[in-house]
Amino acid sequence: MSVISILDRSHSVARPAFSRWMVPPAALCIHLCIGQVYAFSVFNLPMTKLIGITKSAPDDWKLTELGWIFSIAIFFLGASAAVFGRWVEEGGPRRAMFAAALCFGGGFIVSAFGVWVHQLWIIYLGYGVLGGIGLGLGYISPVSTLLKWFPDRPGMATGMAIMGFGGGAMIASPLSVWLMGLFSSPTHVGVGKTFIVMGLIYTCFMLVGSAIVRVPPPGWRPAGFVPHATPKKLVTAKDVYVYQALKTPQFWLIWVVLCMNVTAGIGVLGQASAMSQEMFPGRVTAAAAGGFVGLLSIFNMAGRFFWASTSDHIGRKNTYYIFFLLGIVLYSLVPYFGSAGNLPLFIICFLVILSMYGGGFATVPAYLRDMFGTRYVGAIHGLLITAWSVAGVLGPVLVNYIRQYQIDSGVPKAQAYNVTMYIMAGLLVIGLIANFLIKAVDDRHHMDPETADDLIGVG
Amino acid sequence: MSSSDQNGGTTTLELVLAWGFVGIPLLWGVYGTLVNAMKLFQ
Repeated sequence: MSVISILDRSHSVARPAFSRWMVPPAALCIHLCIGQVYAFSVFNLPMTKLIGITKSAPDDWKLTELGWIFSIAIFFLGASAAVFGRWVEEGGPRRAMFAAALCFGGGFIVSAFGVWVHQLWIIYLGYGVLGGIGLGLGYISPVSTLLKWFPDRPGMATGMAIMGFGGGAMIASPLSVWLMGLFSSPTHVGVGKTFIVMGLIYTCFMLVGSAIVRVPPPGWRPAGFVPHATPKKLVTAKDVYVYQALKTPQFWLIWVVLCMNVTAGIGVLGQASAMSQEMFPGRVTAAAAGGFVGLLSIFNMAGRFFWASTSDHIGRKNTYYIFFLLGIVLYSLVPYFGSAGNLPLFIICFLVILSMYGGGFATVPAYLRDMFGTRYVGAIHGLLITAWSVAGVLGPVLVNYIRQYQIDSGVPKAQAYNVTMYIMAGLLVIGLIANFLIKAVDDRHHMDPETADDLIGVG
Repeated sequence: MSSSDQNGGTTTLELVLAWGFVGIPLLWGVYGTLVNAMKLFQ
């Protein structure tokens, strides 16, 4: 048996009596690591002082140049998830997790070299491109495996993994700061060595996930699980081929649902600190605003598990109805609470909104499974991630530019976010309509079992 | 050795180790964030 063949799907099939509860930790090994991307900004300021050490020298990199590292990584997350989705699905989770570990960890090591020779393009290539590909592969790699192990609770299973992505930054941020403090000296800011250590830690951590993940044997079902005799209208027992899914209106409607939900949340998340200080001047200090952002992160993470698990009981479509209807109400109330100076209700509004932002990410794989079956759900999920990439640009741009336009037009800073909140509520109305239009996939899009087996053989 | 181990299955120890491996760092991160978040109420 060659070393590479150990990574094959056939070598990761679970033996009898293997506990399916080993699979969520395997998925979390990956998602807790790649969630680091949300904490990458902690390196930005130190990287503007690589030459000057105590303050930026003329040849040091600018913050605007460094901001591109995150953007490139997120772009390649979406692109690789879309391009390699089928490869991930057909090769199995172990091979994909292994590749994700090498790419993501390798991205850090290449970036460390970029810091050492002070060439920014090497960091773009390292963390941005290579690391971004690792992000995309890692993000989708455990999804369909979890759905197959937990046919009785698919939302909860994927919610657990995607919760890890939300929690990764909470580990990475203090770890990065601590490591940079450890390695800093009068002649170095410690970024390069921190990259090397983090690259090694993340590679090892992700490889553990790759080693313990298993796929269920064909036909496996959890003990006591009996599929509904009369299938639910919006839950299919058949499969749709990955590229055939693109030809269905359901894929694009879910794309709009995800894009609108993420756009509304991501813009707020990026501006939460400034927004809370500007809407409540003198009452919310910079330190308190930092605390507010931390609280939002916790609700973003917890919402992933809570809402995805809830969707197993109330259905995916109803869960998104709650996101959109409640979101519209809450976004519309924020300007009122701001002008009334009601800080506690302002905070509660955003905590619920951010929980639904996370919930939207975590519930969508199960929504796709309900629509398109489990066979290619990982690859279809990869294609859907492009909605996140679009929202990642749209959300912050909307919030930032509308705020600036309002201020330039003479609106006081405390009220500069009001129009943005109403626009966010409007985006959620679009999402609500898209969700309403989602019906079961037409039978002509389903694969017949023989075709499905042939495609797996080709893959 | 448990019966599940004899079948090539999963032991309780393996489950505890796997969940601890991911759970401990996650709880550490959440705790730190929560401590930081308390500044909002000070």
